[in-house]
Amino acid sequence: MLSVALSASASEIHAPAQITAGNAITIQTSGSGDATFYLIGPAIASKSKVQAGSNIPVDSDQLEHAGRYVAVLCASDGCTATNFSVNPAAANRLSFLVHPSRIPVGSAQGISAVAIVRDSFQNLVPKPEAVTFSVMAKDEKPVSAARTSESAVAWVRLTSAKKEGPTKLGASIGHADEIRVVQQVAADACNLRIKASRDKRGFLIETDPVHDCSGNPVPDGTVVSFTESDDVGKTTVDVPIKRGVAKVEMPIAGRAKITVASGVVTGNELEVAGGQ
Amino acid sequence: MNRLLPIALVVVTLVLIVLAWIQSGGVERREMQSANAPEQAVHLMFSQVKSHNYDAAYARLANRGDVDKNTFIREFEGSYGSLLTYSSLESVDVSPLHTGDQESSVRVRLHYSTAVGPLDDVRDLKVEKSGDAWKVFWPVNNATKLPPQVIAVNYLRWDVIGRGAGDDWGVQNADTPQVRILSMNAIQRPDSVVLVGEVVNEDSVPAFVNVGATLLDAQDNEIAQESSFDKIAHNLLPKQVSPYRIDFPGMRLEKIKNVRMDAKALLVAASADPVIEVNQQNLETDPLGKKVLTGRLTNESGQVVDIPHVIAAYYDANGKVIWVSDGYVAQPLLPQVAVPFAVDLPPDIAKNVHSYHVVVNHFERVSS
Repeated sequence: MLSVALSASASEIHAPAQITAGNAITIQTSGSGDATFYLIGPAIASKSKVQAGSNIPVDSDQLEHAGRYVAVLCASDGCTATNFSVNPAAANRLSFLVHPSRIPVGSAQGISAVAIVRDSFQNLVPKPEAVTFSVMAKDEKPVSAARTSESAVAWVRLTSAKKEGPTKLGASIGHADEIRVVQQVAADACNLRIKASRDKRGFLIETDPVHDCSGNPVPDGTVVSFTESDDVGKTTVDVPIKRGVAKVEMPIAGRAKITVASGVVTGNELEVAGGQ
Repeated sequence: MNRLLPIALVVVTLVLIVLAWIQSGGVERREMQSANAPEQAVHLMFSQVKSHNYDAAYARLANRGDVDKNTFIREFEGSYGSLLTYSSLESVDVSPLHTGDQESSVRVRLHYSTAVGPLDDVRDLKVEKSGDAWKVFWPVNNATKLPPQVIAVNYLRWDVIGRGAGDDWGVQNADTPQVRILSMNAIQRPDSVVLVGEVVNEDSVPAFVNVGATLLDAQDNEIAQESSFDKIAHNLLPKQVSPYRIDFPGMRLEKIKNVRMDAKALLVAASADPVIEVNQQNLETDPLGKKVLTGRLTNESGQVVDIPHVIAAYYDANGKVIWVSDGYVAQPLLPQVAVPFAVDLPPDIAKNVHSYHVVVNHFERVSS
């Protein structure tokens, strides 16, 4: 609308056809006498005194943001304007989004890695670019694959490994090499088993080392619930796993039934009595 | 004029006599004598407790030799930052259980006003006649105390480092924990609709959990919104399950077409300590005729738990959660010392209870 309103003026102004973000340019003008130059862009609006008919230099730092710009020259004979576009520079940065930061082992297509391609000035680079994704699992060789970006976005979906532990996911383009860490954690406990032995307070109830179905140790701090029912009543204790096992001392009167669970997973059932 | 002087002297003498009588403990003796019924003696003692006149209340005990005065005071004032330290005795109901010439027993119901709401404490007390007055036989607290020692605790603790304010956009943050609502059951009560169920922390890190619910009518309009507030164990360790209960006062089930549940979780720093054992759990009828779940809490760690909070889920024969009740325990949990608890449940629900699950929430006073 600004360009339409100003199109009736006599002076002329010409900007280069192709401009790349972060490059300085020169805008040619015609006419004579004192004039005012305006530059309006996506993140800039500047005003300066110039001589009509001279070349007006525009610094590179004024053209860092890709998008549509309007250059306006106002002289004694009126105002004239030209529109030009600044294109993103070469892809040189990545915003790398990896989700989730923790995932149970063996989760099919459970990890999402999205790379957003940008130039050095944080402009999105919409033209297709090859982004290299890599997976660097602990004690294993890195695996990498390239994906071409579409509208500045490239992505992969990954299945978590069978073995717990941190794994590094990388994405690279140009000088950008971003790394994220995904913690692969043991899945739900599998084949949860308890055993009982006598001790000074009654019985010591202890789990076998708690593993998931892939054999990964369930992390310490995971709660295991013990429930014991005997003649006196019922006893429940929520015990965190410590050094791979959960254990609790329980006073037991007469015959007792002991069950174990962790989250929604239940384990075996024990029946104990007296000195057994 | 000649008559006025003798009258004035008589009045002054009488005033001096009254003052001397008060000074020599006459009022106290009078009060002691006025405790001429067992209930009256108990009433008088608790009225002195209520006004924090512990010397006078302690003087009304029949077994002062067996009861330490400071222990007696702590029974009402609390200790270690327990719930009673944030409470005041509001009223006392006394009812006779057995009345004899020399010995009687009464039931006392103490109503406390606390920081978390009303708290009732029911005690059966023996009252003995001593001379002309009745005196209260205070039960001796024989709770075992753990001898001074060092208890090594090496349970896990989780700390959280989040994304910094100066980090670029897209820099990875630690995700919020994954929690899941395991079950939800809507129950019509006489004065409300109650949603009960369980929630689990499925993640490998601790979570601060809150469950909310929105009731929708037939046109999908929101008609009420509530959260579980304190009827849930908010801090859940990995794989820990907590019951929750959400009350909608004045609501009718037939108005509700749909319920939108929302479990919110935050990643929080937490410790796996203390571990609290809940033993001797039994469903029974208390002296007031109410159905209660009783048990004993034992703090397995070396850290004092100031305010224990018991939350119980009750299941029917099909394993469905049919009620959730909770209660705060007035005493602190000292290491290895068992403390009794009782939480009540409606009698119409109690008859359908097949099993139950108790979790213990805890609050500690943070010293600044």
